Formats: sequence, C-alpha cells, structure tokens
Amino acid sequence: MPTTDSASPATATEFRMPSLGADMKFGTVVAWLVKPGDRVKRGDVVAEVETEKGVFAVEIGSGGIIDEISVAKGTKVAVGAVLARLRGEQLGGEVVPAVEPPKLGAPTPAAPVSMPAPAVPKSVRPLPTVPPVRGVRASPLARKIAESMGVDLARVTGTGPSGAITKADVERAVSGIVSGLAAPTAAKRPEVLAPPVGPPPTDALLAMRHAVAAAVSRAKREIPHYYLACDVNLASALAWLATHNATRTVADRVLPAALLLKSVALALRTYPALNGFWIDGAHRAAEGIHLGVAISLRGGGLIAPAIHDADRLSIDDLMHALSDLVRRARSSGLRSSEMMDATVTVSNLGDEGAATVFGIIYPPQVALVGFGKINERPWAESGMIGVRPVVTMSLAADHRATDGHYGGRFLAEVDRLLQEPESL
Amino acid sequence: MTRDEIRSAVFAALRRIAPEIDPASLRTNLPIRDQADLDSMDFLNFMLELHTALGVDIPETAYREVATLDGCVLYLAAHNPQRQPVKPG
Repeated sequence: MPTTDSASPATATEFRMPSLGADMKFGTVVAWLVKPGDRVKRGDVVAEVETEKGVFAVEIGSGGIIDEISVAKGTKVAVGAVLARLRGEQLGGEVVPAVEPPKLGAPTPAAPVSMPAPAVPKSVRPLPTVPPVRGVRASPLARKIAESMGVDLARVTGTGPSGAITKADVERAVSGIVSGLAAPTAAKRPEVLAPPVGPPPTDALLAMRHAVAAAVSRAKREIPHYYLACDVNLASALAWLATHNATRTVADRVLPAALLLKSVALALRTYPALNGFWIDGAHRAAEGIHLGVAISLRGGGLIAPAIHDADRLSIDDLMHALSDLVRRARSSGLRSSEMMDATVTVSNLGDEGAATVFGIIYPPQVALVGFGKINERPWAESGMIGVRPVVTMSLAADHRATDGHYGGRFLAEVDRLLQEPESL
Repeated sequence: MTRDEIRSAVFAALRRIAPEIDPASLRTNLPIRDQADLDSMDFLNFMLELHTALGVDIPETAYREVATLDGCVLYLAAHNPQRQPVKPG
C-alpha cells in the first residue's frame, strides 16, 4: 500500500471475487475495465468475470481509487480472493482534478500528477490496453470458444448480424492462428501468475451442466422441499392484456409473463416468509423483493438473474426489465448484482412448455414459483362448464422455513391478484 | 418489394433472434416457433425485428397468420412493406 499524505487519510478496501450464485466456486477475470489510479464509485462495473454460467459484468461494492490490480486478466481464482485493492478518497474536489469515469474500451489518461503515484502492482505489470470486451458483439458460444482457445474477440471480424462475432468467426480466427497465416489475433494475455486452477472449460455446455448440477444437487441434498399446485383461470388477465396490447406497437407489448411475475411479487409482500434465505440453520427474510427469473439459454443451460424490486415496477416497466434481462442473459451482458440479489425464483415455462413445474429451489432461497403452459381447458364455475385459458401454478418451498398451509395461502393470493389484472 | 426480398428480410430477422438456426433449413409450411425453439419472448423480439426492418407492425391478433414462414411472407407482402427500404444485412 502506498502511504498518502496526512491531508488525505486513506482507508484501504479490498475488492474480492464475488459469489455469483450458490453454484460458483471459482471465477476467471476475463477483462479489467479499470487500471490503477482510476477512480470508481460503488456500483461501477470494473471487471468481467467468467464462471461456468457465462461472463458477467462485476460491479464494485465501494468507491475509491484503484490502488492495485492483484489478479491478472486470465487468472482463475476462488470466490473471496482479493482481485484489487482500493484506497479511500477523502480529498476535496479542488485538490484532485475531476477524473472522468473510465470509458469502457477507451483507455483513460494516466492519473493526474497531483495525486500520489499509483503503486506499481507487485503482482502484475500495468495492464497496457485492456481489450474492449464490452462493446464487442459476440454470441455467448463464440465468447466461450474464444476464451478457451485464447482468441482476443476485439480482433476478430464478426460476420454475424450487425457485425456480431459468431462461432464460425472465432473458429476462422483460430484456424488462422494455427496455420500461421496473418492471424487476426493471437491473444496477448498478460502473464498468468497463478496457473489456472484446472484446465479451462473447453466445452461451454459441459461447464454449464456442472454449474447447474452443483446447485441442484445441493438443493436436493439440503432442502426438504414441499410442493403445492393450483390451476388459475387467466381469462380476465389475458383479456385485460389483449386490450392493453391492442393500442401498442410491438415494442411496448406486454407478455403474460409480466403479469404472472407482478402478481407473485405483490403476493410476497403479504407472505414474506417465502421471500428470503435459509442460512446457517435460520430463516432470514429478504429486504426487497428481487425476483430471480429462470431463463433458458439458447443452446442449453439455465440462468436465473434478478429483477430488482419487482413489486414496485409497473407492468410496463416490469415487461421492459424482463425483456432487457433475457436479452442480456443471452449475450453475456448480466451484472454481478443481478446474479447475487435474487430473493426467490420464478420459473415460467411459457406457452410452449409442459403443464406443471415441479421446482427445485435455488439455495439459499426458500421458494420457487413455477408456471406451466397457458392453454385452454375445461373450467367449472358456478355450476357451469366453460373453456378458459388456464395455467397451473406451483410452489416448491423449503419446509424448514414455511409450512404447506402458509404456501397454500400464498398461492391463493397470487390467484386472487391475477383475477384483478387492472390493479396489478 | 418482391417476395424474395421479404423472405430474406424475414430470414435476417430470424437469424438475429436465433443465431444458431439456419432459416433456410426450416420447413416453410410448419410453425416457426416449434422448429426454431422460440419462446414467447423470442417471438415478440422476432416481431420487433420485422417491425424495425420492414415497418410493419404485426398485431397480436395476426400472430396465427404469421406462424409459418409462408404465412409470414404472405402477410408482409399484403401489408405493403415497401414504405421503408429493407436495410442490408
């Protein structure tokens, strides 16, 4: 740590490898978006980390000035390992010239001379030019292959839609390297100090299966699940939605999923014991209602990033959040907070799937709400049989945290909310 | 705009949604969603891509008509997409 003058008593902070889910043991820093001397504030994306589930933009938990990058790009480390050190800044604006926040992909100027010179990291050389991984359009599969083959995506010419890099582009780049032709790119990684732990995953799908396996095995081993289900008549909800959408252009249309999510979020306000965690033998209620949305990735695999404060979003905002989340989940654009903050999970098989979800809880959460396919079924009501759009809603819940009676009342509340779509 | 031009615009939109699918390999008279494994969000994005590329806003009530590639091209041809030029790509 560099010493600083007495006018600026600095407090050091460590930035550690976050746990982006119960299934994560290790992460590989695939890009640094900051360098020593850069000023960051809480929530800034400072690095990209690859796990078995993909590449995530990692936000920093506290602000300050980056003092030292402790882990070189390309290094695989355990969750909790120190990635970088920060020094706190308590300097007035007149002492330190304002520094623009680092622009992604554009190297920022060196730290102003009036500042204490950033310590030369002992463990790594200053990172010269961090390839602008963000901003490079590439399919998750292409990223995976590029990483495992050591191809720098910033130097691959994309031939996909809007110049996106496809699997074929990466393979072409690889064959260029192998054949020794003017290689579009051979990755210039900063030296890897600690050897990667284990071989890098060469098969993205296999890595994803491992991650899913770790989470669901732990869930089935540790969590005494109980299951409940009920059928919900969606006639009012879908009629309301059709009217809502009829006046809108395609960009502003709302899918039934948004109504289902909103009603679950609102019901959790009344039944908060299902929204939280089971940690160290005790139930911990969560502060906000952050719905983890199970998203299947094209090509295989599953991820459940969070929509923050879903109970407070309007239907339109919730739909936009969902649409944005799905898009980013499929293009490796998720942020670490989205991977860490979910307080409950909703699995919605959509209108092409099976009738009922028998969920597996994502530890340490205590509940998973499932929705099967919405389809027309015979529906008996008030002595009459009619045909209605119906969905089977299910709850998998941790019996240590709640009992079936409580879970049943929760499902009834979701049902009730879905009968009054205008109030969602 | 010719049928072929519309067809290639539809293919381009589909490639953006499902990059791993070759649209030319799809049966043109069977539902796109089943063949390309599009969920409701994917299909909405497909409609959005068509709107952006061709300027045709397909209402929900017409989703049945555009379920197949053939239906899609027919619908778009009938709804006069030449108001906006098709962007290359």
